[in-house]
Amino acid sequence: MAIEHPTSQIGSLVSPFPHSKEDHVDADISVDVTSAPASVDGQAPAATVFELQGLEVHYGPFRAVRDVDMHIRKNEITAFIGPSGCGKTTVLRCLNRMNDVIPTARVGGRVLYHGIDLYGPEVSATELRRRVGMVFQRPNPFPKSIYDNVAFGPKVNGVRSKSDLDDIVEKSLRGAALWDEVKTRLKSSALGMSGGQQQRLCIARAIAVEPEVILMDEPCSALDPIATARIEDLMQEMKDTYTLIIVTHNMQQAARVSDRTAFFTTEVNPESDRRTGTLVEFARTRKIFSNPADERTEQYVTGRFG
Amino acid sequence: MTPDQDSRSQEPGDPPPSADRTSSAEQHDAALVASLRSGLHGGREVADRAFGAVSRLSGTMVLAVLALIAVTMVGRSVDAIRWMGTDFWVWRRWAPPEQYYGILSFVFGTLYTAVIALLLAVPISLGIALFVTQIAPVWLRRVMVYVIDLLAVIPSVVVGLWGLLVLAPNITGFYGWLSDTFDGWPVLGSIFGSNPQGRSFLTAGIVLAIMITPIIVSLSREVIETTPQSEKEAALALGATKWEMIRGSVIPHSKGGLVGAIMLGLGRAMGETIAVALTIGSALGQITLNALASGNSMPAVITAEWGEADALKKSALIGMAMTLFVITIVVNTTATAIVQRSQKRTRGAV
Repeated sequence: MAIEHPTSQIGSLVSPFPHSKEDHVDADISVDVTSAPASVDGQAPAATVFELQGLEVHYGPFRAVRDVDMHIRKNEITAFIGPSGCGKTTVLRCLNRMNDVIPTARVGGRVLYHGIDLYGPEVSATELRRRVGMVFQRPNPFPKSIYDNVAFGPKVNGVRSKSDLDDIVEKSLRGAALWDEVKTRLKSSALGMSGGQQQRLCIARAIAVEPEVILMDEPCSALDPIATARIEDLMQEMKDTYTLIIVTHNMQQAARVSDRTAFFTTEVNPESDRRTGTLVEFARTRKIFSNPADERTEQYVTGRFG
Repeated sequence: MTPDQDSRSQEPGDPPPSADRTSSAEQHDAALVASLRSGLHGGREVADRAFGAVSRLSGTMVLAVLALIAVTMVGRSVDAIRWMGTDFWVWRRWAPPEQYYGILSFVFGTLYTAVIALLLAVPISLGIALFVTQIAPVWLRRVMVYVIDLLAVIPSVVVGLWGLLVLAPNITGFYGWLSDTFDGWPVLGSIFGSNPQGRSFLTAGIVLAIMITPIIVSLSREVIETTPQSEKEAALALGATKWEMIRGSVIPHSKGGLVGAIMLGLGRAMGETIAVALTIGSALGQITLNALASGNSMPAVITAEWGEADALKKSALIGMAMTLFVITIVVNTTATAIVQRSQKRTRGAV
């Protein structure tokens, strides 16, 4: 991997982008990150990147998710698992405020990113999303060349120089383990690639803006097992540099790749027959899969429910 | 071979399927063959073939009509074109009493008014389409779509009369100001030239712009709405603002369709007859950059002069119609080629 190991991701975030559009959050964030080193399996407590306090999300009049409290730690892979409709994707999309694009969505409780309330009035969603990148369920490259796909993010964030862009594109494609496959055809369309390559391109595109966190919404569900294995290997490499949060339907995947696992489930309101997702248990992945505290978790991970 | 196909023949104790074929199995096969064949004569198959034939006929009909139009126009314009030779297209002098028919100024008028109309209508239309699809709240979106669709069905004679009775008399002051302000400027000085007329290329262009805006808005709105949500979210997730998202995802995705929408507007502008005839000023032989001068366009001349035309003049007017037809086809073909090339570049050969 060609990406250097930043101990202070946040502090360096602004520098490559001289014209960062909205800088409200910078001053506050740069304080508390440098202090905490990346955790290696349970030794020094890792810094908290996200803290969710009583998070709930409504779509129109219906409550989709309620009472989610959790701390997400830096340089770990956190997996969200649970049956369909349990709200794991909804919670994930709160972390970069992607729910904003749904007109009826309302978020209650608090989502703190390095202590800053993301839904507070001062926070710019565009600046947040530059720091908290996202990879989607289906590979969604732009109908442009491979190069332009990766360069899009740096360009909108103010990188103008061609040689800087070239460097970023190469570095990002290397970071996504894609460089060797595409270096001779950077100018050809991204839509001519295989699904697995497209998804790695989307990862390259996400890391091109040097985010701190990358959210992955079922990133392998549209891929075959070989492409899935490559992405999972990639996640392990990326963990040193980024904080990864992954939603997955595949329990084996969560067990293989993640450090911590959050199990969500769906509760049905007997009166309205409305389903609301909630967090059942959040712990080390080993514990969730071997010795969960909650009976529902055990039933789910052993395949007796959901 | 897939494992499934393999496994049967590899079973050690299992005899090959043909070995124990009995007469009852053969009867069964015969019945199967009969039922498969009967499908060829069954009612549903016949209906399906009938449907195929009907749709093929409709498809051919379009081509036949097009060919007939072309043949008729060539046949009936041949007299005038023989009479004039290539002068028909390269001279601006239109003098029926002398039996001299040069249509260049009308070709120019048609193209110039259409270009003016596009310059005015395209930015406004795309702006409206993007506002309606990306920015406006849902209730406003509904209202605007309704109003714009309503605008599209106003008869062109109504817009033309408005141009003649309201716009032309009231806009001369503004034209005078334009003419004075840009006097002596390089290009703009020629475009906003001297002696401005209420009924002019620009007035006709404005009227055409009003007529083609709803068309371009409706078509581009539909194209823009086909941009997948996932592509828009991909841009937003990289920290793009709404405008950057539009530039990065929406426009590349819908470029081809937008060019198509604009070309349809151009076609409508070039073919528009009555509204232009009422507002362009009906001046003969005008080829000038001065958008404030009067001129004339091909469809306007055809309708205005057909009534009192002798045989040769009728032939010349049909020749003019044919010229318009050819120009429209060339414009459309070019546009299609541009669209396909840009799509090939962005979507890429798989």
